This record gives sequence, structure tokens and C-alpha cells, in this order.
Amino acid sequence: MAATDKIGAVMVVGGGISGLQSALDLADSGFKVYLVEKQPSIGGAMAQLDKTFPTNDCAMCIMAPKLVATGRHHNIDLITNADIVKVDGQEGNFTVTGKQRALRVDASKCTGCGSCAQKCPIETTDEYNENTKVRKAIFVKYPQAVPLIYSIDPEKCIGCGICAEECKADAVEYDQKEKDFEIKVGSIIVSPGFDEFDARLKAEYGYGVYQNVVSSIEFERILSATGPHFGTVMRPSDGDIPEKIAFIQCVGSRDEKVGNEYCSGVCCMYSIKEAIIAKEHGGNIKPKIFFMDMRAFGKEFEEYYNRAKDEYGIEFVRSRVASVFEDPKTKNLILKYVEKGEPKEEEFGLVVLAVGLRPPEDAEALSKVMNFSLNDDGFCETGAFTPVSTSRPGVFVSGAFSSPKDIPMTVAEASGAAAKAASEIASARDTLVTKKEYPAEIDVSEQEPRIGVFVCHCGINIGGVVKVPSVAEYARSLPNVVYAEENLYTCSQDTQEKIKQMVKEHNLNRVVVASCTPRTHEPLFQNTIKEAGLNAYLFEMANIRDQCSWIHMHEPAAATKKAKDLVRMAVAKSRLLESLENLTINVNQQALVVGGGASGMVAALELAKQGVKVHLVEKEKELGGTLLKLHYLPSGDDPVEYVQSLAKEVASDPNITVYTGKKVKSIDGYVGNFKTTLESGEEMEHGTVIVAVGAQEYKPDGEYLYGKNPGVMTLLEFKDKLKKGEVKGDSYAFIQCVGSREEGHPNCSRVCCTGTMTAAIKVKEKDPDAKVFVLYRDIRTYGFREKYYKEAAEKGVTFIRFEDGTKPQVEDKGGKIEVRVTDEDTGKEVVLTPDNLVLAAGTRPSDGSEELAPMLKVPITKEGFFLEAHMKLRPVDFATEGVYVAGLAHGPKFLDECIGQGLATVSRAMTVLSKTTLEAEGIVAFLDETLCDGCGICVPTCEYKALEIVPDKKDEKKKTLDINVGLCKGCGACVGACPSGALTQMGFSDEQIVAMIDAALEDAAENQEVKQ
Amino acid sequence: MSSTTPSAQSEEKAEGEDFEPKIIVFCCNWCSYAGADLAGVSRMQMPPHFRVIRVMCSARVDPEFVLRAIQKGADGVLVAGCHPADCHYIGGNYRTRRRIALLRILLQQFGYDPDRLRLEWISAGEGEKFQKTMVEFTKTIEEIGPSPMRGGD
Repeated sequence: MAATDKIGAVMVVGGGISGLQSALDLADSGFKVYLVEKQPSIGGAMAQLDKTFPTNDCAMCIMAPKLVATGRHHNIDLITNADIVKVDGQEGNFTVTGKQRALRVDASKCTGCGSCAQKCPIETTDEYNENTKVRKAIFVKYPQAVPLIYSIDPEKCIGCGICAEECKADAVEYDQKEKDFEIKVGSIIVSPGFDEFDARLKAEYGYGVYQNVVSSIEFERILSATGPHFGTVMRPSDGDIPEKIAFIQCVGSRDEKVGNEYCSGVCCMYSIKEAIIAKEHGGNIKPKIFFMDMRAFGKEFEEYYNRAKDEYGIEFVRSRVASVFEDPKTKNLILKYVEKGEPKEEEFGLVVLAVGLRPPEDAEALSKVMNFSLNDDGFCETGAFTPVSTSRPGVFVSGAFSSPKDIPMTVAEASGAAAKAASEIASARDTLVTKKEYPAEIDVSEQEPRIGVFVCHCGINIGGVVKVPSVAEYARSLPNVVYAEENLYTCSQDTQEKIKQMVKEHNLNRVVVASCTPRTHEPLFQNTIKEAGLNAYLFEMANIRDQCSWIHMHEPAAATKKAKDLVRMAVAKSRLLESLENLTINVNQQALVVGGGASGMVAALELAKQGVKVHLVEKEKELGGTLLKLHYLPSGDDPVEYVQSLAKEVASDPNITVYTGKKVKSIDGYVGNFKTTLESGEEMEHGTVIVAVGAQEYKPDGEYLYGKNPGVMTLLEFKDKLKKGEVKGDSYAFIQCVGSREEGHPNCSRVCCTGTMTAAIKVKEKDPDAKVFVLYRDIRTYGFREKYYKEAAEKGVTFIRFEDGTKPQVEDKGGKIEVRVTDEDTGKEVVLTPDNLVLAAGTRPSDGSEELAPMLKVPITKEGFFLEAHMKLRPVDFATEGVYVAGLAHGPKFLDECIGQGLATVSRAMTVLSKTTLEAEGIVAFLDETLCDGCGICVPTCEYKALEIVPDKKDEKKKTLDINVGLCKGCGACVGACPSGALTQMGFSDEQIVAMIDAALEDAAENQEVKQ
Repeated sequence: MSSTTPSAQSEEKAEGEDFEPKIIVFCCNWCSYAGADLAGVSRMQMPPHFRVIRVMCSARVDPEFVLRAIQKGADGVLVAGCHPADCHYIGGNYRTRRRIALLRILLQQFGYDPDRLRLEWISAGEGEKFQKTMVEFTKTIEEIGPSPMRGGD
């Protein structure tokens, strides 16, 4: 197909967190995006969550900026309340037809004010709150919904006409008809998410019969500040706060009887999270979690699990609950279960069923319309090496639709799918996008400050502690404040419109928002005031949530006083704010990839496909990394063949320069302008860096006779022997968690359980009579990998569970290996004498990580893996712009996940490399030359070598300072050191900070009595 | 959240202490400010007598800022930055360390208890350390008493 036939637009189907990420990446790298969502608003499942594990971040707080960014992005068209009808054409050039169901409200007129819903007489159950609350027949899904447009529920509306009368914007259109639409796109990404398992199908747990048995997603809403009881944990039958809460795991997962054999992968962690939050909500709540295997396999998940046990006192019972009965008098619930062989009964006030994930209801319809295949479980089919590709070329997939998965893996895949979608149509980049136009900036330099203050309730996050109305009232009394108001959510889309409107109405030339932290929300509000014609730097924030209402929850009076002080300080700084100009940085459109394993090669190849010149540096002599030693994949695919074909492709790609057997010596520079030197002397310039340095298998230090008896080996060593046919004997014991989940290395290495299944199955395939034992603590074959656990068991592999604290004892008896282990189920000691003892050794960071991290100024975890910018929503980014991480360097994971992350880094890097220039921060150092006498004290304080003492052009006898603003990072170290006050940090000037200090201490000064 | 809204507290007068310390906290944007946010996200409770001023790097904290705060009646000043070797700006925190050491000597020479000024390293992951630091520092200041600028000695 000719390049001109390619269409520079992508359709993303499904507006959950996955679709948002894909859409934002693509729109930020030169493609037009149509985001098609079946519901009236985007946000998906994540918008319903109260908190997220393992950081307990508030889900809406971290998601809202992405929701708003998507809603306001000028290159993303939202098509909500819509279904896809037909997809014609082929990769690069599709024609999509669809239908947009009637909202019965004119989207162009509705302001989202909600007065219609207040007057609507019809109440019905609220799906967003999982029917724990009511909504009206005219409604929005949730308060922060994007787009914030009301719609009429055709099933419930009685057509009384009250809403139409009430609507001042004349937006209600009862007779609105559904609309057909047709769009032309080059690639398609499907990310419709998942549905929850219907717990009614597990009749023995009484869901739908007993009022106090709720599903985990219902409980999530009960926990939420925006839920039915504003975050108070009340049980449905009588509104009592339950003391004992039982969580039952694997409801609709790992359960042949209901037809779902797979593990849903997320329920263990979300139950721990819900238990922790429930406990935080009230001191007397005692959660107990009934589980089969605790699958805390992700990055730092095990530590979260440990904290739940040790710090929160949450109880864990290893048992599949047999049945639940209600005491009809108290409405309490009696659980029947077997623990360590003994039948038990226990009474609880509330039961939470950890429902699994199943394919979305419309999966089959979608697969037929789009013509791609589903797998046996009804999820979208993908390949071991193609985790984001469907069976139809040009149609890609991400998120829980291809397999149950958590948010970080979903977000990485969403970026990965965006990379594949973009590669397909790379030649049509920048053909259909428009540049964001802001109104001309108002010159405020001669104006008296006119400050607007917006104080956020954040639901009840702030308002439940701080008296927000009195803070707003107080703000009005401050000098130069001409307007102040309070908002339910200052970050919601409607408030952004309100802010712009108020800037206009009151001629505001400074804006202060008192809400959460500037670290997450400043860019959002800065963009808003830019849209209102103000310079972004005329914005200031007061953090009255994270650093006030949340940390002084039991002192409302003191918290309110503090909030007022913080607002006064922000206003004091705001008064002195000036417009700043963002510098333009030229972008070198080449990339550096460090590490030539699967993740690095996948990234390099995909960048090359998009026309980027790539430098790929690998410290070993051969490309391939860990995969070369893996030999077997559980799916039966050959990893060595795969990685060798990648290496061949890399070697023959004209866009990729390979440096094997080479190490990085130094990396200097900043986003768009890095310069790297190798130890062997080669130099290269590039705009972004992808870290894909991999990891290594732990080599046990004498533990379990490793290195002392030739029959003891690690899993990778065993697979190598197996491949070469060098394995001796016919009995095998595998010990799990060697060097993982223990002191010093508290987290799970994620891959060893499945790796063990793969090896055990291979052994059994070769010799069905082989005696194979697996000694484990929890089997963590999450997702579809559960089938390998089942297969191993069916092939006769014996599983013996040992207690966390009692490791198996291994002794050398005259050259023979003897393993003693206490079987937790029976309490009896088992003695094994295997010919082969295989240690499922954990994953350790790559040796070079500690040297590389400081070169890039990026952090590593205490275990030595690279630490991403945000565990949930920025899984492959670093806080340092232009630097990304993929694969094992980020933490243990499977090949498909590495490939997903490798592709994800490409998508993230292309948001930089697709442009010739970037806008830099404006908060750089600024010199008042009249005050500088060229003393040079500042020069050594600059870590970026941005400062130089030069002769003064005006007076040759004098010296002065030259600042290279391209190198300046805006730390202000030089400013703090300058003895003459000649240096200023823009946005953090001496005057501004002093004004804040003075404002903070205003009432201290009033009481001042100087004692001499 | 029922536990968050205890009733019957007067709006203007905070709970029963005669001396309400005034503490200014300078936090760097990348580590300690994030650590303070994390303390909030984790709902770690602490005394409400401090006010945080965000700077990009602890090295931005000009000695003048500390002296200004003391002059205006602050009973204590805390400067919080990234851990050594962890500074987002490579080595800004080392300069801060030297500056604070000198400033403490200076304060003492002017008759102030040098413990009114404290430096702490708090990472983005150390919400708990932020909490502990605030609890302890508040206690220290309560023990030292009001600043001479506010009538203490």
C-alpha cells in the first residue's frame, strides 16, 4: 500500500484507564484519536475504585488529571454512548461505522450544572455505586465525569418535562434520535476492559439472598468518600458498622464449576487493600481474608501483604470457604470452612466476595464486528510474542480484555498498543492533527494583582475536616483577592470552565487553588488559566488536603486554621508572581537503548519502524539477554528462536546501530539533548534514553547445598541441563521462593512458580513415571498461567506446602540429597531423596544498575530495581523527563509483559522524539547583571555546569556570570548561594518566598514582644 | 468517615495547649514534599503547628529565609531534603547540609537554642519519617518553649 493511503488517525475503543493512556500517547505524538466509549462518560472501572494498591493512592485523585487531559485534548475526539457497527478496510486504512445512542441532552449546550437532576422526580439505582445508592433518571455517571454532560435514562424517564423546564441552557431534547457516524482511521486499539463475575452463580455464598453479603466492587463503593455512606463502612441490612468482616477470595476464579479456571490476578491485592482501608476507617473493624494462595506477585506487593498482617493485624486464613448462612435474627453470617483438616464455623457481620474478572459482556459482539479471535475463556486472543496484537492486522488490544490484569500492566500495555498502532501509520504522522492554540496572553505586568481563590472540598477529603466555606470566606478578606469560591472538586471539568469564566468576569490576573498537591494537579490548573489567557506561572496552589486535612483528621479547628494560613501564604506569593516564558529546546530525534535483551530489542525495532535512529548498547558480546538461557516458555513457544530472530532483525535494520560488548561510561544532558560516551570511547547524541538492562537469577550462597552437591541447581541451570539432555535420575524436588519473600528480599519474584510448572511439565512429558515434588509457600500462577499449575497437578506432580517460617532442610547424605519438609496440610514431616534438587531462585537486579541510575539521575528501589515515576499510572516513565524503563530492569516479570513494556517505552519516547522542539520549564535561574560582581561563588554550586564567569561586555575590567538556560534545571542552588542577591530563581524568587514566610508568621508577629 | 469528624470543638481555639509552636518547614519538591504528601495519602496523623513552603531543592533555602523566619517569630525551622546521594539535582543537599551546620552556630551565637533549626533527609517514600520528624520536632520546640521573638527566652 502506498504511504499516502495510510490514515494518521487511530480509533481507541473503550475509555477506561487503558484507552485514556493509548489516546493521550497517540495524540501527543502526532496522531488524531477517536475515543469511542459505550457509556456516556469515560473513566471505566478505575473511576469506581476508592484507593489503589500498593500505595493506597486515591484512585480518582491520580486518574482525574488524565481524565481531564483526555477530555480537553484538542486531538482527541470523544464519541461516548456509542457502539461500533462495522469495520471495513485493512491495516493503515479502516472505515468504521457506528451508532451514537441518544443522550436526550444536547451535548453542546449542557453545562453539567446538575439542576435538572435535582428536580427530577424519578429515583433509580445507581450503577456507578453498584446500586448501593440512588440516582435520578437524568444523570451523570459520577461527579468528576468526563465529558460532564447529563443524559436521560430512557428506561426510567417518565417524560414529565420538569428537567426541560429547569434547564436554563435549553439542552434537554426528549426526541433526540440516535446518530450514525463514520470515521476513517489507520489503526484500531480495543480496550473495553472487563466485567465482574456475577456472584449469584456461586449460590453457596448467598449473594443476592443475604443482604450483608456484598461483592468486592460494592464494598469498594461503600469505602469510598463518594459512596453511599460517604466512606463510613455500614452494612446494608441495618446500617450498623460491622466489627468482623470476612473476605472470600476466588469467587468466580480458579473454579471449574463456574467455568473460569483462570486466576483473576488482582483480587488478592484488592482484598488486602479493601481490608486495610476498612481498618483505617474504624478502629474496631477486624477483617479476615479467606484465601487459597496469596498472589502478591507484583512490584512491592509482598511488602504490602506483610504490612497488612504485621502492622494492620489483618488475619489471613488459608481455606476455601464451603458455604455461608445467615442468622435470620441478627442478619450476621456464618461461614463454614475447613482449616488444616478441621471443619470450622465462624460468624461475621459482613461478607465481601472477591469477585473475579470475566470478559466484557459485548466481547463476542465486538470480536465479530471487528473480526478478531477470542481465546477459550472469551478474552481477546494474543500470542506469546505479540501481547498487544489481535488476530486482525492493524487491530491492537490492551488491558484486561486480553487477560485479567492490574492497572500498571494495563497502562504499560496501553502505551505498547499505541506504539504498535503508531508504527503502522508512522508515515502519516502529523497529517491530521492540529496544534493547540491558546488565546493571546494578557499582559499583566502593569496591572494591580487581582487574585481569584478556588477552595476544594475534594468530596469530603478536605470538606470533612476543614471548614471549606470559612476558608473561602477568609480568602475573600485577603488583600488583592477579588474573588473566592468553594468547589466540590476543583479539578473536575466543570470547575475548569468555571475558573475560566471567573477569570473573564472578574478580570483575574492571578489564580490560587487550595486543594491537593501541586505535584499532581498544578499542570492541570496551569493549562486552565492558559486557556483563559493567563500565563501558566500566574498560578499558585495551597496544599490543604495531603498536607492538612489528611494529616490532622481529628483536629478540625486546627486544620481549618492551618488551611487559612496556607491560603494566606499562597496568596502572598501569588501577589508577586510574574509571567514567565517557557524556553524552547531543540530535540535530537535519535534514541539510546541500554540493554539488548528482549525488552531492549523490541523497543529498538519499534522505534526504528517509526523512523527513529537508535543506538543499542549491550554489555555482553551477544544480543539476547536472559531469554537465551530460558529455553522453554509455558506456552510451548521457543524463546531462544524468538530472541535470535529479533537479534537478526536488529542487526539488519539500517536505523539501528548496535554496540555489543560495550558499556556506558557517562550520560550527560537532558530531555531532547543527551550525550552518551561508552567506555570504549564512542560518543552519541540522542533525545531519549530507554533503560532495559534486564536482571539476573539469584545464585544461592550455599543455601540448600547449592554449589556443594552437583544435584542441586537453580531453575535456569536445570532448564539448560534439561534442554541438553544432561539431567540424571528420575526424581525431582523443586523448592520455591529461594531468595525471594524473605528478609533482605521481601518481594516475590513473580516468574518462578510458572517457570517451575514449565520445567515440571517438561520432565513429566519426557518421563511420565518421574517423581516430581514442588515445595512451595503459595503457588502464584496468576492469570491464564493457572492452567499450567493444573496441568502439572494432572500430570502427577506432587505439591507440598510449607509454612512461611519453616524452610525445608536439605542434607548431603553421602552424596545423596535428603530433603525434610513439614507438610502444612497434614502437619507431618516428609522426607524426600531426589536425584535433582531444583531451586526456584529469585530475580536480582542487573549488576550495572547501580552505576547507571546516577548517570541518568533516576532512583532505584531498595532491592535495586529501577523505580518508575508512579507505580500505578506511569509504569515505564521516570520522573526525569525523556528517560524510560522496560522489562526486568523494572522488576521481575514474564516475557509478554517485558515486550509490552518495551513497546510502551517507544510510545512514551515518541511523545518527545516526534517533535523537533519541546517547551522547557520557565523556573530557571535569572541574573540581574547590575548586581553581579563576578565573584563566582555560585559556579561550583551548579551540578549541571550551567554557570560560567565571563568578562562583562559592558566593562571589560569587570566580570559577570553567564547562564546556559538549556542546562539549567531550576533547582535554585546558585540562587541560595549568591551573596549579592544578583541571582533569582524564576517562580521561586527571594521576595516570593519571604512573602510566604511573613504570611505564615503573620499572627506570630502580632503577638511579638521583644525581650531584650 | 465518622472517625474524622469529632463533634464539639470550638472553631477558633485549638485544643487546650497554651503554647502553640510556630514552625516553618522548607521541603524540596522531589523528595521531602512528596514524602509529606505520602504521609497525607497514608493518613498519618501529626501535630498541626507547622507550615510547609515548597522549594525545588533544599539548596534553594537561602540562609536569609531561615533568619527571616526566626526574626518574624518562628519557634522552629525545619529544612527537609533528599537523602545524600539521592538529590534530584545531584548534590544540592550537600550544600544544604553545610549551610545548616553554619546557621546553627550562628543562631547559637545570637542566643538562640540551635535546636530550633533542624535538617532532615526525607525521601518521597518516607511518609512515616515525615510524620515522625514532625512529631519529634514539635515536641522539641515545645520543650524549648516560645522563641525570644515571641516572648520566650
